[in-house]
Amino acid sequence: MMLCILALIATASAGPWGQLFKGEKVFRVQPKNEEQVKIIATLTTLVQLDFWKPESSSQISPNMVVDFHAAVDEASFVQYFLRKSGIEYEVLIDDLQMAIEKQLDSQYSGYNHSYEKYNTWDKVAAWTAEMASTYSSLVTREEIGNSYKGRPMYVLKLGKSSTSKKTAFIECGIHAREWISPAFCQWFVNEAVRTYETDKTMNRLLSKMTIYVLPVFNVDGYVYTWTNNRMWRKNLGESPSRYCTGTDLNRNFNVSWCSVGASKSPCSETYCGSSPESEIETKNVVTFIRKHISTMKTYISVHSYSQLLMFPYAFTYDHVANYKILNTIAEKAVRQLTSLYNTAYRYGAVAETIYPAAGASLDWAYDEGIKYAFVFELRDTGRYGFLLPESEIKPTCKETMVAVKYILNYVLLQ
Amino acid sequence: MEIPPTHYPATRAMKAVEHYINYHYGSPNKIFTLHGVKKATLEDIPGVGHKYILQCSMKDMVNEKDVGVCNAEILFHQDQKTAPKVECRFNMDQITNSQAADNEFFTRISNLPEPLTAEYIPDSYGHIAPGMEQIRYLGYLAACYIMWQNSTEGTLYNLAQIRSVQQVVTSADFLEFDYTVLLHDFVSQEIIPWQMQVLWNPKEGIKVERNARKPKSCGHY
Repeated sequence: MMLCILALIATASAGPWGQLFKGEKVFRVQPKNEEQVKIIATLTTLVQLDFWKPESSSQISPNMVVDFHAAVDEASFVQYFLRKSGIEYEVLIDDLQMAIEKQLDSQYSGYNHSYEKYNTWDKVAAWTAEMASTYSSLVTREEIGNSYKGRPMYVLKLGKSSTSKKTAFIECGIHAREWISPAFCQWFVNEAVRTYETDKTMNRLLSKMTIYVLPVFNVDGYVYTWTNNRMWRKNLGESPSRYCTGTDLNRNFNVSWCSVGASKSPCSETYCGSSPESEIETKNVVTFIRKHISTMKTYISVHSYSQLLMFPYAFTYDHVANYKILNTIAEKAVRQLTSLYNTAYRYGAVAETIYPAAGASLDWAYDEGIKYAFVFELRDTGRYGFLLPESEIKPTCKETMVAVKYILNYVLLQ
Repeated sequence: MEIPPTHYPATRAMKAVEHYINYHYGSPNKIFTLHGVKKATLEDIPGVGHKYILQCSMKDMVNEKDVGVCNAEILFHQDQKTAPKVECRFNMDQITNSQAADNEFFTRISNLPEPLTAEYIPDSYGHIAPGMEQIRYLGYLAACYIMWQNSTEGTLYNLAQIRSVQQVVTSADFLEFDYTVLLHDFVSQEIIPWQMQVLWNPKEGIKVERNARKPKSCGHY
């Protein structure tokens, strides 16, 4: 009953209609006898009360549970009056506005996109359309192909200029279970459009650069983590095995393919696929990057977990030609990141920092000529691992934002 | 030979030490985290294996307190089947006494009207139901035993999730549970289900009796 009433009020008070019920209270009394019924009747002549139960004061009888709502100015008088009259009362709702908003949150979280919650693929897809339509001067949505199961792979193009000399690419969600990764890409886009006017760095980045964001690389895998298996990593591509499915997209790129840190077994979590770029998702990204290769300067791949900022190579311990500069950028970006919440990050080349692994998007991007290539492993370090609590989405995204902006800005100023 | 403290050989060794420490010294109200390796050396012992000597920072995770430095030695046997041998020194004085909280937990769970049963801790969104935090830590301590026993230089284990826990009421002296946990090995990226029979009381700590690695499922864990 209470929930229905709140819902009815909620539809009236939601969003831009503001704080209609701030500070208003709902009281409950149970008049013990006719005398107390009369006292309540007297109260209704002194102040405006809105009866929830029963529907009007005339219907009140002894021992009935009576709920009524009083405006801010009236609430303290009501309490004084009831106390003076010796009528016991209970404050059911202390602040009606807060109660409504809380109800709205839980009732409608099923329908609304949130930057501080993990969003289903449907919500992310709808959000990409909404961003492109709401911020049409800054954001365009492109479809770069379909996933194995036919789902669209959306890329958001951010920037003022249609012909930038420098472009950047940020990919999230190549591994399905790393939910904080797509959450970061969504956060990034929102921050970009939200602070374009007010933040000098963001304004410069979006005016002089084009940033492409792929919020969910492995769409099918991401959906699968919501419907079937929260710990899924690979895509849902066909495999030669009857029992196992899926390829590790981050072992499927054509750079020393399957030579190390990847498996030829279809049942393995690091199955490299039947051949380099065997997976349609990989091919779609390869095609897209090659289309923009002449201007592309930065490639950022976002994963979780371990709190690391790394750069190529993953497939070999050999240092890349610009190892020193990438190491310095990583060091400075990490220092900025840590300054927010003291989150400890390590940095270094992938192979020596975590393990050698061939077929990664990062290595491929670097060898294509994108010399500023970085990979993030976001929070945490194993306490929650892939199951990072939603309460950590905001701080994780804020600190990562600082580091990503540092990298993008560094390259822009080159 | 000194090795880089931020690179993987040192960090994998540190993780195995962390599992060892939690299994031996932890409780449902006292969980340790090792972080920030300051110094690491690697010694080859011919015919035996590799010994790592580490110095890192230690934190009491439950009480969110830094508890000083941990100096540890871990020997990984070359047969990769024997559990790594760990020795460690850290300052016990800095660590909050959890006895009262442990006793309270023991009493509370001993007196439940029905045997406790739960699954997926944390849930998909990282949420843990109120009152279940210690059940989760208990499962973590038991998993630490498994992770320590199975650690090599080529693994890096974390507890991904408690798949299920079922209380078994057999004795008044111990709490007993049947846990199935999902371990995550960062190196192979595999999710490994493991079933454990776990006994615990505040005085004697944790015991993992029967335990078995479960087959990897084709779909849902």
